[in-house]
Amino acid sequence: MSDQATTSARPSLGTIQARSGAALNEAKLAIKGLDFFYGAHKALKGIGLDIPARQVTGMIGPSGCGKSTLLRVLNRMYSLYPGQRAEGQVLLDGENVIADGVDLNALRSKIGMVFQKPTPFPMTIYENIAFGVRLHEQLSKAQMDERVEWALTRAALWSEAKDRLNTSAMGMSGGQQQRLCIARTIAVRPEVILFDEPTSALDPISTLKIEELIDELKRDFTIAIVTHNMQQAARCADQVAFFYLGELIEVAPAGQLFTAPKHPKTQEYITGRFG
Amino acid sequence: MSATTQPALTPVKDNKVAARLGSRRRRTDVIIRMLSLAATAVGLVFLASILITLFVKGFGAMNLAVFTEVTKPPGSEGGLLNAIVGSLIQVALATLIGTPIGMLVGTYLAEYARGSRFGDVVRFVSDILLSAPSILIGLFVYQLLVLPFGGFSGWAGVAALAIIIIPIVVRTTEDMLSLVPNTLREAVIGLGAPKWKMIVLVSWRSAISGIITGVLLGIARIAGETAPLLFTSLGNNAWSTNLSAPMPSLPITIYSYAGSPFQDWIELAWAGALLITLAVLLLNIGARSLLGRGK
Repeated sequence: MSDQATTSARPSLGTIQARSGAALNEAKLAIKGLDFFYGAHKALKGIGLDIPARQVTGMIGPSGCGKSTLLRVLNRMYSLYPGQRAEGQVLLDGENVIADGVDLNALRSKIGMVFQKPTPFPMTIYENIAFGVRLHEQLSKAQMDERVEWALTRAALWSEAKDRLNTSAMGMSGGQQQRLCIARTIAVRPEVILFDEPTSALDPISTLKIEELIDELKRDFTIAIVTHNMQQAARCADQVAFFYLGELIEVAPAGQLFTAPKHPKTQEYITGRFG
Repeated sequence: MSATTQPALTPVKDNKVAARLGSRRRRTDVIIRMLSLAATAVGLVFLASILITLFVKGFGAMNLAVFTEVTKPPGSEGGLLNAIVGSLIQVALATLIGTPIGMLVGTYLAEYARGSRFGDVVRFVSDILLSAPSILIGLFVYQLLVLPFGGFSGWAGVAALAIIIIPIVVRTTEDMLSLVPNTLREAVIGLGAPKWKMIVLVSWRSAISGIITGVLLGIARIAGETAPLLFTSLGNNAWSTNLSAPMPSLPITIYSYAGSPFQDWIELAWAGALLITLAVLLLNIGARSLLGRGK
């Protein structure tokens, strides 16, 4: 994509302060000619998008534009529901993940997901994290302890959780639960992490913590985040994709999309004229 | 309101009309309340008189021999030991057989067959079974297990009770599983868990207190069933734990003793009725507290 090569230095648009872009990396996920159907309804139309490795791709657009749908295609979440299907290509390191016969459990261990609402499992904090790890690896008790500590540390939750690892995760605050879900996801050591509006159920302070976390995590993980909040996209993302009515209208480095959008629809959306 | 030149801020109220309507409403209110209270009172009076009679006569007939002696001919000091043990064995086995089947069917309906045609049919059939007269189930098992195998047996009683408890467990399992949020399911799947692991470790785990409640209520239901046992385990006046022979049970003993002309048998029937009622009461209290704790 030609837009992606350009960078710009600390541009601003009103209160939106986008990160100054380094050049975008090579694509970890390459989406090509992707159509998606809920039964007869076509929800995504001919999407083509590269998601660069170890950077953050923000997906924005009004409700119903297909951004969450796209996220759920990337880890084949839609395969849970009969009647939903995707056509086209989603290449993870060159391998088409939406082809038939893909090992979905292995795929989902490579592409993790954090959801809109915190979804702790009804078990202890420790077990919440060990659960996912056990699905894919056989670790000794010591190794598992180490992994749990590592994941909780990476999710900025270790200091708050270390004394209550064996208490139920249901007793944590919403923000802590969401960081636990992030810890649970990274404990499996995926390559890509999908965030589906991860802060929309959280207070501003918890939101800030999660955003800092995303910034920190992109050193090791490729990240795609769906958000309703343009400031959040500007703060977190290296590349931003704008969706409207199931189509990808524009994709560009964050600085560029928020200061010099090429498409009039993008301009209208980021200046708050609709959505 | 009228569209006159000066619309009043508050519409003028005709106080006479208001008073008349008001008093009529109050009258209706009083009548309805009286009728409701009367209906409640009728219901409570019957329930209370049943329970009081049961407790007075039941406790009056209660003694140590009820729990230590087997049923004996009239006139000799008999108890209900064999009937109690027979009931415990049959109810326990029926629960052990019916619960896993019911849980799996309920799980199939909630986790695999949502919105599918076949699932709708299974749910419909299960609901019909839920309200089927239990004597039909007894006759069914009689045809299936008693006639071909040459006689009444404990196993046949177990089968009949299991068939009764299955749809109860199916319904509660499905209802409880459908309360588990889909986001939780997706979270498990998103970690790369196969579906069966998701069901066992998260869906069941979230719904378990509700499912146990359903099982307890199911046990309460089959513990008092008499009709299906008449055609299956028949009853037995001797001590018997042989499941291939006719087996005693509390409901059957109550049924035959209560209608007998012998005073000591009638008293034992009261004692048995009290025992079943207390057991059902305890199961219901247990189920309620479990459900309350789960919330």
